[in-house]
Amino acid sequence: MRWGPACADPLACQTIPVEADTNLSWVGGDIRNVRFLLVEDSAELAQPVRDLLALDGHGVDWAASLAEAQDCLNAATYDLILLDIMLPDGDGRRFLQAQRRAGHDTPVIVMTARAAVSDRVDVLDSGADDYITKPFDFAELEARVRAVLRRRGGAAQTVRIYADLSFNPLTATVTINGESRDLRNRELRLFEVLLAAPDRIFSKDQLCDRLFSYAESVSDNAIEVYVGRLRKKLAGSAARIETVRGLGYKLTTG
Amino acid sequence: MRAFLPNGSLRAKLVVQLLVVAAALAVLLYFTVRTTADRAAEATQDAILGAATTSIAEQLRATEDGIEVDLAYATFSMLGAIGQDRLFYRIDIGGKTVTGYDDLPLPEVQPASLAAAFYTAPYLDTELRIAVVARSMIVGKGPVPVLVMVGQTRLGQAAIADSLANRAALVGLGFFLLAVPLSLLSAGSVFNPINRLAEAVGRRGPRDLRPVRHPAPRELAPLIGALNGFVARLRGALSQTETFIAEAAHHIRTPLSTVRTEAEIALRQSNDEGTRVRLRSMIRGVETSARSASQLLDHAMVLYRSDQLESVEVDLATVAQNVARAFEPTAELKELDLVVEGEAPLLTTGDPLLVESALRNLVDNAIKYSEAETEVRIVLSRAVGMAVVQVLDQGRGLQGVPVARLTGRFTRGQNVGDVVGSGLGLTIVTEVAAALGGRFELTQRETGGTCASLFLPAC
Repeated sequence: MRWGPACADPLACQTIPVEADTNLSWVGGDIRNVRFLLVEDSAELAQPVRDLLALDGHGVDWAASLAEAQDCLNAATYDLILLDIMLPDGDGRRFLQAQRRAGHDTPVIVMTARAAVSDRVDVLDSGADDYITKPFDFAELEARVRAVLRRRGGAAQTVRIYADLSFNPLTATVTINGESRDLRNRELRLFEVLLAAPDRIFSKDQLCDRLFSYAESVSDNAIEVYVGRLRKKLAGSAARIETVRGLGYKLTTG
Repeated sequence: MRAFLPNGSLRAKLVVQLLVVAAALAVLLYFTVRTTADRAAEATQDAILGAATTSIAEQLRATEDGIEVDLAYATFSMLGAIGQDRLFYRIDIGGKTVTGYDDLPLPEVQPASLAAAFYTAPYLDTELRIAVVARSMIVGKGPVPVLVMVGQTRLGQAAIADSLANRAALVGLGFFLLAVPLSLLSAGSVFNPINRLAEAVGRRGPRDLRPVRHPAPRELAPLIGALNGFVARLRGALSQTETFIAEAAHHIRTPLSTVRTEAEIALRQSNDEGTRVRLRSMIRGVETSARSASQLLDHAMVLYRSDQLESVEVDLATVAQNVARAFEPTAELKELDLVVEGEAPLLTTGDPLLVESALRNLVDNAIKYSEAETEVRIVLSRAVGMAVVQVLDQGRGLQGVPVARLTGRFTRGQNVGDVVGSGLGLTIVTEVAAALGGRFELTQRETGGTCASLFLPAC
């Protein structure tokens, strides 16, 4: 838990008057998103995963069975497939092998509930790019997606432009006036959060939730450290991170 | 046999039975030889005795004065040639003994002709074999019956029969003694197919559950059938266990994923601090139970695989690199450097899945307890006869918690309250080390942090 000394009792904490992160229908302006195909038979799980990916501005098609997945793949192209293994009409690994044999090389991350080491080995042998064990930390899924897309050279599609900077989340570089700067992982994720909704105020808490695992303890000023570092990386750009006293931070221009 | 060898050796049973038969045959041989020898000797002696008696009877001549008896020496010398036997004779003419021993026992039935009749009768201190020949002679007024008897002791014949019987006894004993190694050999060869079958089954790897197809005698077919039936049932039970573990994981983890993802969305959408705190605590709970479920299943898998240990060559360097690659994104989230260095290849033998499971747990722990922007190093090296994998972190270290406590089931250090865990990770590592014939050590680094060392037999 990461409430600070000023806020020892979490329930007594004052409500921070900032907006909720985003709403589900929001899709970031000119941001080029990753297009996902989610193959998952459990509707209860598929819905929140779609919502979360949509929150981050990605497009998601959902297939509840391998047959539906095949229909989707026939109709559209995807940047990445999130594939469950145990599906009502077959084994995801077989489907994957068939895809690979047919020459389809869309990157695949397998979401497996079967955590045994032998299953993980099987999954990679079937041609998956990576796997993630359910239930997953969404930040970890993002990290794995980023890593797979980077490995597969999907970087070109995903450059985002804001003010006078361009940002490539796959290579984790910010280019300002032709000068490239590498972002470290947490700087990158912080920037992604802020860039998804420019001029929106994010509380420290909201940013902490996105940046740190719930399984780790984080000191109260940890977020300040990363904001400070990101500001340095953005130096010289019209885009800057503004501190809104008592409320949090926002990305803004000018 | 069954009574006193209820669970004893079949081989001993068979040998004993063969020897009993051999002994019976030897005894039978002895008695057969003895009886036959007796009969043959008696027949020979009877023929001589009969010939002598007939010869005496034939040499009786009727004269005017009576009957002349001529006991030729040659006749008796023929009989005497046999040995130390004594001879007795008696000649009765017309019912009166005219010469010889008049108390020599008479035959029960009077013979009717010159053909000799034989009988055995006690006489004096011994037993006599007596030949009797009857003839009738014309003396004076009419025919007079004449009876010639010659008796002989049978000491010589008994001696011959005894010596033959003794030889037979020796031959019988010889046969019996010869039968001992032969029956041992034959019993051995009878059990050879069983031994070969046992070896063939014993040579199988622990995970080899194919049916037994070893060629074997017809008599072993029911045994092999029963064995194969058992193997099939075992295979069924094991695959059910594996399926159950996988299904259990699926049914626990899928709903947990739903809860976790929904909670994460709710957390993003909520701006009420109280709710947010509750949601975070909910996510931590889900994470703890997911981790516990996964490690319980891992633990079951380790126990299950330890029982049927697969032994292949495993390159620890490759396993370490695979594990590092799998954890790379997780480490990156904390901006941790995950480094693999040292000896490559580093070979050990064992079950690769167990090795990987142990290493994953160590790396997972190291990442969990590391501060952001530090380094986790996987160092491969060799010690005396051991391949060593060390996972070094710069985290909070052990802080004086005894290692035995950390490696126990469901026990964790006191300094980890803020980090999600199940208390099974190091138990798994310790069990894997034990199953593979190695050991696990956990030490505090002088520079801070923990050094977890997994020692496995090098090859």
